Amino acid sequence: MNNYSNRRFIIGGIFAFVILIFLIRLFNIQIVNDQYKLSAESNSQRRVTQYAARGLIYDRNGELLVYNQAAYDIMIIPRQVKIFDTLDFCNLLGIEKEDVIKRIRKAKKYSRYRSSIFMKQISSERYAVLQEKLYKFPGFFVQTRTLRKYPHHNAAHTLGYLGEVNDKHIKRDKYYSKGDYIGKSGLENTYESVLRGAKGLKVYWVDVYNRIKGSFHDGDLDKNAVEGQNITTTLDITLQEYGEKLMQNKKGGIVAIEPNTGEILVKLSSPGYDPEMFVGRAMSENYRELANNDTLRPLFDRSMMATYAPGSIFKLVQALIALQEGIITPHTRFKCHNGYHVGRFTQKCHHHKSPLDLKESIQHSCNAYYAQTFRNILDAPRFGSVSESYTNWRRHITSFGFGGRLGTDLPSELTGFIPKASYHAKQLKTKNWKSLNIVSMAIGQGPLLITPLQMANMVSCIANRGYYYIPHIVKSIGDDGIIDPKFLEKQQTTIDPKYFEPVIDGMDLVVHGEDGTGRSAAIKDIRVCGKTGTVENPHGDDHSVFVAFAPRENPKIAIVVYVENGVWGSRYAAPISGLMIEKYLKGKISKNKKYLEKRMLDADLIHIEKDKEE
Amino acid sequence: MNRRVSLIKNLDWITIMLYAMLVFLGWINIYAAVYNEDHQSIFDATQRYGKQLIWIGAAFFIAIIILTIESKFYSAFAYPTLILMVVLLLAVLVFGVKVNGARSWFQLGTIRFQPAEFAKFATNLAIARYLSQHNFKIHKIKSLFITGLILFTPAVLILMQNDTGSALVYSIFVLVLYREGLSGFVLFLALLAAIFFVLTLIYSSFTVAILIIAIAAVSLKMIGVQVKQIVIAFGILAGSFGTLWLINKGTDLQLENFSLVVIAILLNTIPFLVHIYRQKITKAAMVLLMVIGSLFYTFSVSYIFNKILEPHHQKRINELLGIQSDPYGAGYNVNQSKIAIGSGGFSGKGFLNGTQTKFNFVPEQSTDFIFCTVGEEWGFLGSGVVLLLLLGLILRLLFLAERQRSSFSRIYGYGVAAILFFHIAINVGMTIGLAPVIGIPLPFFSYGGSSLWSFTILLFIFLRLDANRLELLR
Ligand SMILES: [Zn+2]
Repeated sequence: MNNYSNRRFIIGGIFAFVILIFLIRLFNIQIVNDQYKLSAESNSQRRVTQYAARGLIYDRNGELLVYNQAAYDIMIIPRQVKIFDTLDFCNLLGIEKEDVIKRIRKAKKYSRYRSSIFMKQISSERYAVLQEKLYKFPGFFVQTRTLRKYPHHNAAHTLGYLGEVNDKHIKRDKYYSKGDYIGKSGLENTYESVLRGAKGLKVYWVDVYNRIKGSFHDGDLDKNAVEGQNITTTLDITLQEYGEKLMQNKKGGIVAIEPNTGEILVKLSSPGYDPEMFVGRAMSENYRELANNDTLRPLFDRSMMATYAPGSIFKLVQALIALQEGIITPHTRFKCHNGYHVGRFTQKCHHHKSPLDLKESIQHSCNAYYAQTFRNILDAPRFGSVSESYTNWRRHITSFGFGGRLGTDLPSELTGFIPKASYHAKQLKTKNWKSLNIVSMAIGQGPLLITPLQMANMVSCIANRGYYYIPHIVKSIGDDGIIDPKFLEKQQTTIDPKYFEPVIDGMDLVVHGEDGTGRSAAIKDIRVCGKTGTVENPHGDDHSVFVAFAPRENPKIAIVVYVENGVWGSRYAAPISGLMIEKYLKGKISKNKKYLEKRMLDADLIHIEKDKEE
Repeated sequence: MNRRVSLIKNLDWITIMLYAMLVFLGWINIYAAVYNEDHQSIFDATQRYGKQLIWIGAAFFIAIIILTIESKFYSAFAYPTLILMVVLLLAVLVFGVKVNGARSWFQLGTIRFQPAEFAKFATNLAIARYLSQHNFKIHKIKSLFITGLILFTPAVLILMQNDTGSALVYSIFVLVLYREGLSGFVLFLALLAAIFFVLTLIYSSFTVAILIIAIAAVSLKMIGVQVKQIVIAFGILAGSFGTLWLINKGTDLQLENFSLVVIAILLNTIPFLVHIYRQKITKAAMVLLMVIGSLFYTFSVSYIFNKILEPHHQKRINELLGIQSDPYGAGYNVNQSKIAIGSGGFSGKGFLNGTQTKFNFVPEQSTDFIFCTVGEEWGFLGSGVVLLLLLGLILRLLFLAERQRSSFSRIYGYGVAAILFFHIAINVGMTIGLAPVIGIPLPFFSYGGSSLWSFTILLFIFLRLDANRLELLR
C-alpha cells in the first residue's frame, strides 16, 4: 500500500464527474430540447414542389388554344457539386465551359446550400440523354415544369403570357415562391387563381448528397398537386385568325361581340405577336425587342387600351338621345348647305341632298343635322341650363358603357373619356358656357375618347335595341361552367327600345342605300346594318372606322373595325367588317367578294407609311 | 497445466465482460452507421462492419497471446518497447502516408497501420517502469525530467505528424503522476488555468480579473486574515482603481479596464508586502503572488488568442465555447452531430432507423463520431448505458490497480484507466459539443483495426499483470 492511495477517490471522482456532466448534457439535448429533432427533420428532408398542370384554354367551339408541354430546369446545389467531367457535361447541355463556370458562380452567389436554377428549360430530347448520366454530376438535379404551348398562333393579347413571379407577387400572396410562374397579362392574369390550380408537395428522405432515400413518413406530409381548371373562352378562333389575317400589315383593332350574350367573339390588336414568343428561354429577349418597337407597338392592345375620338359613329347615340329626349322625331328634317353655319361659326359637311330626315342623316352622316340636334338637346329649356342639360345627356351616354370601365374580365381595360359639365366650365373658364362651345362633340370630336371595346359594346346596345351584357371573354370555367354572375345581368341603356328602329333604318341605308358609305360591307342574303366613321389624326392620315351588326333581325354579331391611317371608313374598315361578318355567319366568303378579300389581305399601310417617312 | 488453470481463475472476468460488451456494441453501431441496403449482411467483409469483425477476431487473438506471455516480460521489456515505438514514430514521419492531413500511417499493401495508437501502451509501460523504480522521487528535478522525457518524446513526434488529438492524450498522465504523489496543487493549478482560459475568452479579461480578486478575498479569509484588514486592503485597491479610472478618462491614454486593475495592484504590491511582513501573515504573500500570476496568465491567454493564433484555430475555439456560431463552417461537424444525438430522444429511433447518421449528415460517423449513431438510434437510454459501461470499466480498472502488490502494475493500471478516460472524455465530449473537435477514437467503439488492437493490448497487458497481482514485479 502507498500513502497516496486515497487519491484514487479523487481520480475516480473526476471520472464520475465528467460522465455525469455528459449524462446531463445528453438529457438536455435529447429530452429537454426539441430543437435538434426539428433540425434533424429538415436536415434530411427534401421538399419537392409538385407543380400543378395549368388549366387549358379553349375557344367557344372547343378548339384548343393553350396547353402545356413539359420542360426541364436543371437545378444546382453548389455545396454538393463535386469535380466532374466538364467536357461531357458541356456536350450534354450544349454550352461552353466558361458558361458552366459562370453559372456555377452565379448559383454560389445565391446560396451554397440551397438549390437554384442552373439552366432553364432544356428540351425533352436533351433531358432524355441527360437523365441517364445525371448521377455522374452530383449537386445537379432536374425539376420538371410545364410551359405553355399554342396550337393557334393567334389572340396573344387576349390569352396573355406567363412570367416568373417577382418579390411583390411573393409578398402579396404566400402561395408563390421564387421561380414560380404567374399570369402576367390577359386571361392568364385575370383567371390566374382558376388556371394555376394548387401546387403539391412531396417530401423525401435524402442523404447528405441529396440522394432520395424514400418517402418521408410514408408520404404523410405529401400533398398532391391540384390541376388547374380548364377555361372555355367566348373567342371564335377561326374568326380571330381570319381577322388577324385581314389586319396584317395594318395598325388597328377589331372587336366583335355576340350582342345577346355579351360574349367577345374576336378581339384583336394589330400588329400583334405570336404567343409562342413569350414562352421559354427566348422570352426576355423577345419581350425586349417587342417592347422597344415604338412605331408599331405590338405589345399594346389597341382593342382595349387605345382611345380614339368616336367620330361620326357617335351620331348614332346622339340620334337615340335626341329621340329619347323628344328633341327630334324620325321625321324631323334639317337643312344642310355644305355644313352648319351660325354667325362666324361653321361646321363643314360634304355635299348631299338637303333637307334630310333622321335615317338619311345617318346614311349621309350629315354634320349639320347633328350639330343642330345636339344644340337643341343642350338648349332644351326643360333643365334650366346648358350645364344641366349636358349632365342629363351625359347620363344617357354613360348608360351605353362609355366614359367608364365596362368591367370585362380582361386586365388593362381603359375608361375612355366623356367629360363632365365641370370639365367644360373649366376649359371655357365660365359657368355659363354655351351649347355652341362644344358643338364639335355632336359629331364625335372634341375631347371625347372611346376604346374599340366600348364602341363594340355600343353597337351591341343598338343591335339589342336598348341593352347590353358586359362584354366578357370566358364562357365557362372548369366542370361546373360557372362564370361571374355579373356577366349574365342585362345592362339597360336609358333609351326606350322603340327609338332604335329609326336609327337602325339609317344604319341599314349606310350599307344598302344608293350612295351609302358602307356599301362594301354588304353581304348577299344578310341584312347588315353599319356606320362608317373617320377619326381625325393630327399625326398623319385619318383612321378608318366601321361599326356594324348583322343580321338586322336577331343579330348574331356586333363588330367594330379600326384601321389606323385608313383614311375613310369606307376604304378599309367597312370591307373588313363585311368579310368578318360573312365569315362568321356563313363560314366562308362568297365568290363575288373574293377580290375584295384579296385587296384587304394585300393592303399594306405600315410599310407605305414607313416609305413615306424615309 | 496448473499455471493455465490459475491464470484463468485469476483473470478479472468482470473487466473482460465489459470489454466484450463494448466491442460488440461498437460493432453493431458501426453496422448501423454505414448500413446500406445493398450490403445487408453484417458479415459482409467488403463493408466496414465486416472488416471490423475481422479486426475484432484478430483482437481476441492478440488478447490471448498477451495473456500467455509472462508478466515479468512486460516490465523487463518496457524500455525497449518504447524505443521501438519511437523509432516507428520517426519512421512514419519519413515513410508514412497522409490520411486526412495527418502523416501518421504506414501503408503495407491494403493494410494501414498507425504507430501512434501503439505508442500509448509502450509509453504507459515505460512510465510504469520508471515511476516504480526505488530511486524515483516525484519532486526531484531529475525524476521529473526523465518522466517528462518519456512522455514528451512520443507526444512531440505525434504532434509532428499533425495528429494533435493523439498527442494530447499524453497530458492525461498528470492523473497518474498525481496518484504517485505529484502535489495536488499542480492538479488544482491545471484546473484553474483551464477555467480562467475559458472565462477569458467567453467574457473579458476584466471580468476574470474581478473573479480573481474575489477568490483572493475568500482565500485571505480562509488563511485567517482579519476581515477588517481585508476590507481596508480592498478599499485601497478600489480607491487606486477609481483614481486611475478618472485619470484614464481625463487623459488620452485609452487603457483598458483590465490594465487599470493590474496597475492598481502593482502600485500597491510594495505597501502590501511591507504590511504582510509587519503583521507576520506570510501566507497572504502567497495569495498576492497568486493574484499577480493569475492576472498575468489571463493577459497571456487573451494576447495569445487574439494576436498569435491563426483565425481558423480561433474559430474552432470560439465555436466550441459558443462565442461564435457558424453551423455550416467550423461548427458543421459538431452541429450535425448534436442534431443526430438530440434527435434520438429518450429511447432513440431504433436500430438501423437513424436518419442523420444513415444519410451521411454526420461526418466520420463510423470512426470519430460513432457515438452519434448510439445517440440517435438508442436515445438517452442507450447512450446512458454506453457511458455507464465505459465508466464502469475505468472505475473497475482503478479498483484493480489499487489491489496490486507491485507498483509497476498499479501505475500501469492507472495509466490504462487515464488513457481510456481521456479518449472517452474528448470523443464523447466532442460529439455533444463539450470538447474541441480533435479526432481521437472512442475506445472499443470506433471503426479501425489500429485503435481496437491498441486498446486491446493496453487493457490485456494490465489484465495479465493483474492475474499475477500477488507477485512483486521488478
Ligand atoms: Zn350635311
